[in-house]
Amino acid sequence: MSAITTEHDDHAHDHKPSGIKRWLFTTNHKDIGSMYLIFALVMFFLGGSMAMVIRLELFQPGMQFVEPHFFNQMTTVHGLIMVFGAVMPAFTGLANWMIPMMIGAPDMALPRMNNWSFWILPFAFLILLLSLFMPGGGPSFGWTFYAPLSTTYSGDSTALFVFSVHIMGISSIMGAINVIVTIWNLRAPGMTWMKMPLFVWTWFITAFLLIMVMPVLAGAVTMVLTDKYFGTSFFDAAGGGDPVLFQHIFWFFGHPEVYIMILPAFGIISAIIPTFARKPLFGYASMVYATASIAILSFLVWAHHMFTTGMPVFATLFFMYCTMLIAVPTGVKVFNWVATMWRGAMTFEVPMMFALAFIVLFTIGGFSGLMLAITPADFQYHDTYFVVAHFHYVLVTGAVFSIIAAAYYWLPKWTGYMYDERLGQLHFWCSLISVNMLFFPMHFVGLAGMPRRIPDYALQFADFNAFISIGGFLFGLSQLIFVWVLVKCARGGVPATAQVWEGAEGLEWEVPSPAPYHTFETPPVIK
Amino acid sequence: MTNTRCLVWSLPTLFFAASANASTSMPLNMTKGATEISQQVYQLHMTIFWICCAIGAVVFGIMFVSMILHRKARGGQPASFHESTKVEILWTAIPVVILVVMAFPATTTLLAMDDTSAADVTVQITGSQWKWHYKYLEHDVEYFSLLATPREQVANKLAKGENYLLEVDRPLVIPVGKKIRFLMTSDDVIHSWWVPAFAIKKDANPGFINEAWTRVDEPGTYRGQCTELCGKDHGFMPIVVIAKSEEDYLAWIQQEETRIASEKAAEQELLAMNMSMAELMSTGEKIYQGWCVACHQATGMGLPGIFPALKGSELILNDRNGHIDVLVNGRPGTAMQAFGKQLSLKELAAVITYTRNAFDNNTGDTVQAADVFAVQQGKGE
Repeated sequence: MSAITTEHDDHAHDHKPSGIKRWLFTTNHKDIGSMYLIFALVMFFLGGSMAMVIRLELFQPGMQFVEPHFFNQMTTVHGLIMVFGAVMPAFTGLANWMIPMMIGAPDMALPRMNNWSFWILPFAFLILLLSLFMPGGGPSFGWTFYAPLSTTYSGDSTALFVFSVHIMGISSIMGAINVIVTIWNLRAPGMTWMKMPLFVWTWFITAFLLIMVMPVLAGAVTMVLTDKYFGTSFFDAAGGGDPVLFQHIFWFFGHPEVYIMILPAFGIISAIIPTFARKPLFGYASMVYATASIAILSFLVWAHHMFTTGMPVFATLFFMYCTMLIAVPTGVKVFNWVATMWRGAMTFEVPMMFALAFIVLFTIGGFSGLMLAITPADFQYHDTYFVVAHFHYVLVTGAVFSIIAAAYYWLPKWTGYMYDERLGQLHFWCSLISVNMLFFPMHFVGLAGMPRRIPDYALQFADFNAFISIGGFLFGLSQLIFVWVLVKCARGGVPATAQVWEGAEGLEWEVPSPAPYHTFETPPVIK
Repeated sequence: MTNTRCLVWSLPTLFFAASANASTSMPLNMTKGATEISQQVYQLHMTIFWICCAIGAVVFGIMFVSMILHRKARGGQPASFHESTKVEILWTAIPVVILVVMAFPATTTLLAMDDTSAADVTVQITGSQWKWHYKYLEHDVEYFSLLATPREQVANKLAKGENYLLEVDRPLVIPVGKKIRFLMTSDDVIHSWWVPAFAIKKDANPGFINEAWTRVDEPGTYRGQCTELCGKDHGFMPIVVIAKSEEDYLAWIQQEETRIASEKAAEQELLAMNMSMAELMSTGEKIYQGWCVACHQATGMGLPGIFPALKGSELILNDRNGHIDVLVNGRPGTAMQAFGKQLSLKELAAVITYTRNAFDNNTGDTVQAADVFAVQQGKGE
């Protein structure tokens, strides 16, 4: 996408340095958005290739390709990269590109900080990835880094892991501050709160979640660091600490983090469905309230990740009830999307296809989430492949599908060209089929009793795992089609109109395609 | 759009068809298990599953009907309605009612699972990297339970047996029809003890004790695994529980008590005798394969950066008592455990002798039970 902007921003007032300096020193929200998105795509393939290693080893029972210790490094770094390197930066990239254009602002409110928050990210991941080459390997304690496995019993790469998570956290917090300040201060005249597009609303709420929980994560990794290297005993019972305390702190960050990765997705789907149904979003206000409720509830459910840790039974009951309650606002969202489609005039271009797949598959992930909330049943599901199936349904067919949908949806606005619809449809169908081959059977494997994070398994699981692995390889290959579509679209094609989609409404569709380097230098007036 | 619908719905069907031909059959659903509680858990699982299916059928049904009927290609004009407070309240209220109904049986079952009072037998379960230790609090019986699957099977050098990775050298034995209380804890990292047939999954946290209970109706063998990532060999610490009639259980307890007592007596005799190098080496190799190989590897090379090599180790070559001391007392703050509590004097002597002479270490000396005993008593010269 970067190439495009260089080629087409031939507007007279677009003065910017050329070459690498443009990208290093840029304070332009569109440039920074593009860099975030490209970075996320690269990380998606890196994290994905680690998933391929995992699936390769699990293709057959027995150890064939890697050692258990390396396998653990793969599951750990795959998780960290996908969460912090792919999904979160992709959403931040979309926020950078779209929020100023959606609210009629000339740029993000804090452009220099915007540059900084992006440019520290590559270093965070460089540190994390290089730690894999240390003697003893990289982090191998799972992306959840439970103490004392991550303290007393971890390798020396832990210090690098902690440092890199700190940098990721700083980047996220700066990004979140920028989003809040921009939305709060730079809305065009007449863009009242309840006129903001839902993508802006969901990101606004997400940004608050980020500001509240990223410091908690920073605290957790710092305690891990001091426990390991400086003799503290936060998580060591022998020194008066408690290993379960770690999990409380981690999941107090971790559960809102889950919503950080899905609320912007709700915003994207709420933009795409009305466009292709040619009908306004049903229940706009209730969507805003539902998003806010989910965000508030997300702070009251963290311990549902910890039902087996031996909490007092009444604490367990509290967290079970609160978790079940989250199904209500989430249900409202799904019902509103279906009601938006009802009696619309739908067409099924690629963004719509991914959005529809999102609704069905994310809801399946929501259902398994509801099942996991039922504590006695959770004792059977917990830490099995059922959980792996659950969170990949909400994160891959949820968050990642929404990001892909967003990319197709706004690509013509970014590049000025329509993407290749046939290739896009091919990408969609290959992804849809393979992703379900990959994750759906995991439900059965989990129910049958296969624990997660194991490099080898009992013979009864062999056929299913072989099938899952094939699905995994196919899903990985399908994403190469996506790259092909992106490159092709960046290089040229049918020129896009300003509105791009017949049913599209909103300020971003009123600027030309590709969007000029500077937009809304004079604020538009919203009636 | 009918294509989408057909495909989405035919995926699971295709999948079932494929799995029907599977050579080793895997159950496709949660086990009903072997206890009253596990049956209740299964019922809860099925109830919530069918509720989800029903909601899914309605929501996806309406969605797919809409995708067929309300296409632009059919020439329809879009409607413009976009809100209805009544509908919003309705579809907020209905899920709340469903959830409240669901919460009742879940709460009842959870409270029943939590009640560990009035147990007949209490077993303390201690996890450590990568084995379980069982201790019967009412009897003088305690032992370690290790993976019994040979490493050659894992490395694909031998054909895999029926219970590959789900077999142990010494299973936990419990009586049927009795309330068994389990006390879980750990010596190092967090482990989690899971036997699906009992619907018990409880974390073993270092420094803390968790409780769980079961009452098994039918005699039989029940298998499970550690379910909390606990390091390199997390996938290799299975659980096997054998439920026996009370008679058989008591006979087994007696037999174990006799065995453990006679082993202790034999230890004392051992202190006075010298074992031959050949005997020490062959026993030592066996112990090494069971207890040491996971970290220090079959080659004695360890894993650089995490598990030190034994081959050419300064400590082994130059400090015989230091070597014994590390085996007996462990290295606090590392994964090296205090094996003085885990292995007998004879076993320790054998494995120490083995590591002093295997991997080209060739120190040529033997370590006898008495030497280990001396270090254990703090009297090593």
